[in-house]
Amino acid sequence: MTIQAPEGMELIYSRPESLAEMHTHYCPGCTHGIAHRLLGEALDELGMRERTILVAPVGCSVFAYNYFDTDACEAAHGRAPAMATGVKRTRPDNIVVTYQGDGDLAAIGTAEIIHAAARGEQITTIFINNAIYGMTGGQMAPTTLPGQKTRSSPDGRDVEIAGFPIRMSEVLATLPGAAYIVRRSMHDVKNIRKAKKAIITALKVQEAGLGFSMVELLSSCPTNWGIQPNEALQWIEEHMVPYYPLEDYKVIEAVKNL
Amino acid sequence: MPVDKDVGVNDTMAKQMLKGNIAIAEAALRAGLEAYFGYPITPQTELLEHLSKRMVDEGRVFLQAESEVAAINMVYGAASTGARVMTSSSSPGISLMQEGMSYIAGSELPVVIVDVMRGGPGLGNILPAQGDYFQVTRSAGHGDFHPIVLAPASVQEAIDFTVLAFDLAEKYRHMVIIAADGQIGQMMEPAELPEMKPINKVRPDWALTGANGRGKRIITSIYLSGEEMETFNQKIQDRLVEIKLNEQRWAELYTDDCVLLVIGYGTAGRIARSAVEAAREKGLKVGLLRPQTLYPFPDDRISELADYTEGCLVVEMNAGQMVDDVRLAVGGQIPVSFYGRMGGIVPLPDEILEAIEDTYEKLTIHTPK
Repeated sequence: MTIQAPEGMELIYSRPESLAEMHTHYCPGCTHGIAHRLLGEALDELGMRERTILVAPVGCSVFAYNYFDTDACEAAHGRAPAMATGVKRTRPDNIVVTYQGDGDLAAIGTAEIIHAAARGEQITTIFINNAIYGMTGGQMAPTTLPGQKTRSSPDGRDVEIAGFPIRMSEVLATLPGAAYIVRRSMHDVKNIRKAKKAIITALKVQEAGLGFSMVELLSSCPTNWGIQPNEALQWIEEHMVPYYPLEDYKVIEAVKNL
Repeated sequence: MPVDKDVGVNDTMAKQMLKGNIAIAEAALRAGLEAYFGYPITPQTELLEHLSKRMVDEGRVFLQAESEVAAINMVYGAASTGARVMTSSSSPGISLMQEGMSYIAGSELPVVIVDVMRGGPGLGNILPAQGDYFQVTRSAGHGDFHPIVLAPASVQEAIDFTVLAFDLAEKYRHMVIIAADGQIGQMMEPAELPEMKPINKVRPDWALTGANGRGKRIITSIYLSGEEMETFNQKIQDRLVEIKLNEQRWAELYTDDCVLLVIGYGTAGRIARSAVEAAREKGLKVGLLRPQTLYPFPDDRISELADYTEGCLVVEMNAGQMVDDVRLAVGGQIPVSFYGRMGGIVPLPDEILEAIEDTYEKLTIHTPK
């Protein structure tokens, strides 16, 4: 269905062509929808939809391949960067994007993401950090904050037992192959706009063949955090942003000239 | 290793001395291999080393992955784009690849995987063994599927099966494993390589290439509803029936009049041949069947032979795995004996001859037909 503006009026908002026309399974208040839209808009604006191959993860966004109107494949848990490597190496002219959550990227898939970044793999990763395992029902993630209560840290994350959460953007920024690594947040409009800008830059980095690019997006999970969607956005700002600063961690010189 | 350099430079079709691992690598390249992803592990490493030079020289994709887990998932990605792709490893590495192999099976992608088997379990050793028979034929990953499994017994057969593997993988959109043991990978013998074939640039109609002027394509192994999943499972099973019907392969010798049928594959099958020849010289009516496909297992022919054979002796370089398939094939018609060596120890022809004589004696004393 194509949305049309009534006579005499200008259409200023519609579904990006890069998103498929279907409902998502995401919970009310979840920011995956926003992240999908931002990526969809970015692909549209850069005219990349028809060249894009999306690699979906295991986690809440396991069905991301249904929601984008691009070619797509579904990786094993954590292996999206390896699968994307196989895709990109055989299809160097395509735009290859992995979309991964924190359990996928920062726990089971640490080896794959670190080595993809180290190789300077010409792929773009959208990293959704909501500090929890969403799909399995709210267990502790590698990014769960100290003291944060989850289904598998019912008294709050005890760093004596479970160690400290990992800051993946900071880790990946140390690798020479990484060209563009930034963290953004989706807790308010201003930050959402910044997130979209970063996604556009990351895709341009890939297009220019400058190396590995990743945008980490702080995201909410009202269902598994057990709070209202608006409170969840506040929680990002008050609790996540202090531990996960919204910074540019790696922007090589060539990116600035894009 | 001067031979590495000879291969590929020498394009003539004459026989040349080739190491098994290098022969497989070069045969794959000449069969139009577009991308290779792997991780070093003995006793298959020469395969990876050879391709690290040759693939790059030919302008094709070679990448040494950070692990076997990553390698197989790179294969998964490359196969999703319709590229002719391969990986290789040895037993412990194949264990790590099983996750990806299951996803590849669940996505119906044609890939070729080489397993140069070594001693196990655990880290085991790097000697030739056949302890992964169950792994490759029965449990190549979680879920209900079987790869096609080819078992070469010589360097020449390793070359021929490598070419065949790609054809079968693409014909059936199915995974093919070349199950070689360390002996096949490491030994050198004269063999002839195939002619160089260019990469096939034509992509199948399911390949991910970007939704340019057509609807989107998805490669996935998810079927959420039980009904959908079962329909997909049935599709795999139907394909396996077709594969069983068309692709059972074996070699046989002296089976016209044999009282005892010796069955072995790969290196064990080849040594068993020497033992069978020696037994014939002693006047014993012994025949040999060497399965070339471990899946589909050549049970039709074995079942047929069981009709006019008194007994079977299965020889393997493990504690007895294929012997179960032989028992299933003969269906209790004749007794099935077993002789095996483990630990990466390759049996000598004399040992097998002794086992043949023992089994033969028992058969001819107790159960004359």
